[in-house]
Amino acid sequence: MKVLLGTGGSPDGLDALSETVERAREAGDDLTVAVLDTSSEYDPDEVDRRVRERLADLDYDADVHRISGHPGSQLVELAAGEDFDRIVLGGGQRSPLGKIELGEVAEFVLLNADRSVTLVR
Amino acid sequence: MSERTYPDEPVDPFPEPSLTVTDSEGRPIRIEPSGADDAEALVEMYRTFDPADRAQGIPPIDEDAIRDWLGTLLSEESINVVARHDGSVVGHAILVPDRDEAYELAVFVLSEYQGAGIGTHLLEGLLGRGQHEGVEKVWLTVERWNDPAIALYRKLGFEASNSESFELEMAIRLG
Repeated sequence: MKVLLGTGGSPDGLDALSETVERAREAGDDLTVAVLDTSSEYDPDEVDRRVRERLADLDYDADVHRISGHPGSQLVELAAGEDFDRIVLGGGQRSPLGKIELGEVAEFVLLNADRSVTLVR
Repeated sequence: MSERTYPDEPVDPFPEPSLTVTDSEGRPIRIEPSGADDAEALVEMYRTFDPADRAQGIPPIDEDAIRDWLGTLLSEESINVVARHDGSVVGHAILVPDRDEAYELAVFVLSEYQGAGIGTHLLEGLLGRGQHEGVEKVWLTVERWNDPAIALYRKLGFEASNSESFELEMAIRLG
């Protein structure tokens, strides 16, 4: 299965990366990582570096793409254009009280993608 | 995530617990300050919590996760109020500090005690305790379809604060 994981650099995205690599190894998936520019506290160059570092730690070889522009729509376009089977995203951040908060990218992708989307918890 | 906004004017003072109220079913309900001493009573309440009343992943499903979660809620920095009936905890309201000197609020009432005004008493008691402790800004999130909850928060003085997130966000100024 061709899997596309999108992350803007928040901790839930990097956790999702580790779990997805583990699953890709077991299932023989072909994993691609898209680094998104979410204009947030995370700098895309830094996120790119941390993604590659995490992949090296896990001793796994995956393509890393940089996506600019509106992150949700660009991720959905890439998944359709390169015929990925599934999009994977982090499962959301936690509020101080422990509530799951889905971000803008997750909301956009869930509603607009024309293929399955996995949120990793 | 866009900046959270708060009403300009603070609300009037709320009553401060402990206090005894009678709910609309005629049951005597005690509204009391709470903390780590009530951990076991709260685990008991959340173990029997109706899964349909969960919101945004809380309360957690398994007991170990409930204990971890309560550990944060019952810490010294947080403010807790419970509702008791016949000695058991039937409702729980919490303020947990965020990183911007404001507090996030949540309230839970067991299903057989809902619709009897207990949530209102719990929230008034919690906000009264918050005012006493010098809390100024409080916010919460609520599902956009949850009209009864939204109406209750409005009645207490909460206003919508950030219309761009998945959930409706509301805020109140206590002081």
